[in-house]
Amino acid sequence: MKTIFGLMTSVGLAVCASPSLAQAQDRSTQLDQGKQVYEYWCLPCHGTGLGLPGFAELPGTQQLRIKYRDTAISPLLAERTDLVPEFVKVIVRQGVSFMPQFRKTEISDAELEALAAYLARNNAAR
Amino acid sequence: MPRPPEGVSVGEFATALRKLEAAVGEQWVFKSDEDVALYRDAYSPERDEPTERLASAAVAPISVEQVQQVVRIANEHKIPLYPISTGKNLGYGGSAPILSGSVVVDLKRMNRILSVDAGRCQAVVEPGVSYFDLYRHIEERNLEVWIDTPDPGWGSVVGNALDHGVGYTYGQYRDHFGSHCGMEVVLPNGELMRTGMAALANDASWADYKYGFGPYVAGLFGQANFGIVTKMGFWLLPRPEAYRRGTVSVPKRRDIVKLVEHVNYLENLGLIGMPGFRSPLGFAQAREPELRALVAKPGGPSDEELDRFAESKGLQSWSVELQFYGPEKTIAGSWDYVQKRIGASIPGARFEEGAVYRFPLTAQQQAEVQRVHRLVDIGIPNMSIFAIAGGRTPQNPDSADGGQFYFAPMIPRTGEAILEANRVLGQAYRDAGLPYNQYFSAPACWHYRAFIMITSLPVSRLDPEINRRSRAAFQAIAKVAAEHGWGEYRSPPFGVDLVAGAYSFNDHALRRFCETLKDAVDPNGIIAAGRGGIWPRHLRGSRA
Repeated sequence: MKTIFGLMTSVGLAVCASPSLAQAQDRSTQLDQGKQVYEYWCLPCHGTGLGLPGFAELPGTQQLRIKYRDTAISPLLAERTDLVPEFVKVIVRQGVSFMPQFRKTEISDAELEALAAYLARNNAAR
Repeated sequence: MPRPPEGVSVGEFATALRKLEAAVGEQWVFKSDEDVALYRDAYSPERDEPTERLASAAVAPISVEQVQQVVRIANEHKIPLYPISTGKNLGYGGSAPILSGSVVVDLKRMNRILSVDAGRCQAVVEPGVSYFDLYRHIEERNLEVWIDTPDPGWGSVVGNALDHGVGYTYGQYRDHFGSHCGMEVVLPNGELMRTGMAALANDASWADYKYGFGPYVAGLFGQANFGIVTKMGFWLLPRPEAYRRGTVSVPKRRDIVKLVEHVNYLENLGLIGMPGFRSPLGFAQAREPELRALVAKPGGPSDEELDRFAESKGLQSWSVELQFYGPEKTIAGSWDYVQKRIGASIPGARFEEGAVYRFPLTAQQQAEVQRVHRLVDIGIPNMSIFAIAGGRTPQNPDSADGGQFYFAPMIPRTGEAILEANRVLGQAYRDAGLPYNQYFSAPACWHYRAFIMITSLPVSRLDPEINRRSRAAFQAIAKVAAEHGWGEYRSPPFGVDLVAGAYSFNDHALRRFCETLKDAVDPNGIIAAGRGGIWPRHLRGSRA
């Protein structure tokens, strides 16, 4: 295992010389970071699972299901294919409905960039 | 350049901000309009009005030494500060100050879990630690302790305790300030102090014994402004072997009196966690036009009329969910005892078996818990409570608005008090033009030696008229409550003077005492002006 890992690392270091692959790695790192931010801050309201007794879904998911009730848009943020980073950033920094805005001590600008990239990753139109 | 606090010149403020930047790092002093707006109270009932409480800037230290520097700089330049922990005290002010122009001291970056000792069932944490954080820390290490969590899990363990926040398990744990043990505080002069056993030069028992020696001063730092708390110890529950729930219901309206007596007995003996009172009859209003007509008739229904209706429909007037934690056989025995005790005392009482769990839960069990009851009942933080915070509903699917604040008076822990509060508050709400579930409102039992007749009042990001109506209702109803000896246990910022003013025995002796202390320990009045209704001398004239 150690040998394979070492080999993979060497290959990884070698191919980092290629700008496109380096960019791809940067993008991958950013998406990983964005996923972590999403899971820490967003998932407790916007994930799957039961809400309070009597509520079939978590509050954020429930709200978006009602909002997009006559569309094909997913109520789950992580499955959205229509999000653009700028929209994500505005909602996080301004809040909406009963969701408050998030301060920079909670989600830094860099983390917000990563989160926005993660939530917009499935948008083929971008 | 942000607008300076009142009474501070532009130049003085700029100098202070530069010193703050030198103390904590430039990137951790927030002064642009865009950044400072992030500290608005998202649930402010004064949004976009001249009275909305707004910060002038914010500073985010990462260590106690930096907090000390911030306080010293503020003293030097007479800058009002307003500390927040995670800033999630929504409904009671959020991340905004009470005094506009204050510099918010944002402690979110101070997020270290300093210790969790499963054997001694205790933890010591910094203000930026959320209930989620502490829960995950414990779960990842498979420690056999529980936290007691309030509804939204993203709140600060320290901040919630300091606002006298509450949870759901046994009384001694769900009173979050009551379950703290030892704290560290930066005093208004920048000096560092510890309380209880933490005050020993070499403490070995920070979170074992609260009182240390001499006066117990820790209470001065809850809902008050005598310092900035930078660490707190807490008592944790040992993970119980099992959990059981049972529901008791009683047929007649006045059966609530005996029912409360029994539940008090059970809780005072330590046999149950937080009880959950409800009115099944009240829930029937939505589907029973005859009941709605009865409630709406002039003068309201008599107890006998409500009893006759309930009997005709086979409904019970009141119910209470009981929670048992402990060895499986022991809590089965407790539930058996409850049925015998109440069954022999209240004719027509019914008993319904609830869920039983053994711990630790499987992942499948944890995913399924909320089919039958709340995760917070078994110490698992979550965010589900926001389902009732406004927003879109199937009936009102296009509402993009939401949020609320709370009117939360304490009443005696008796059935008579519930009935009286329903009558008095029902009338007060009606006079204020707001709906109230009169006749059927049940108390929250978070603080276990009193009932909280809590109701939420809506706030709006979009419609100031909704906010004005909610504020006016709060002010009117709080006055009525005070006339009946019911004071609130927390308050939104706009209400602190009204709420504190009701605690007026002997010409406000309590407030005058607190103000004497305030003048002595914070002569420049820099810490959290207005918190707890306590103002520094130079601002007392502006008390609402």
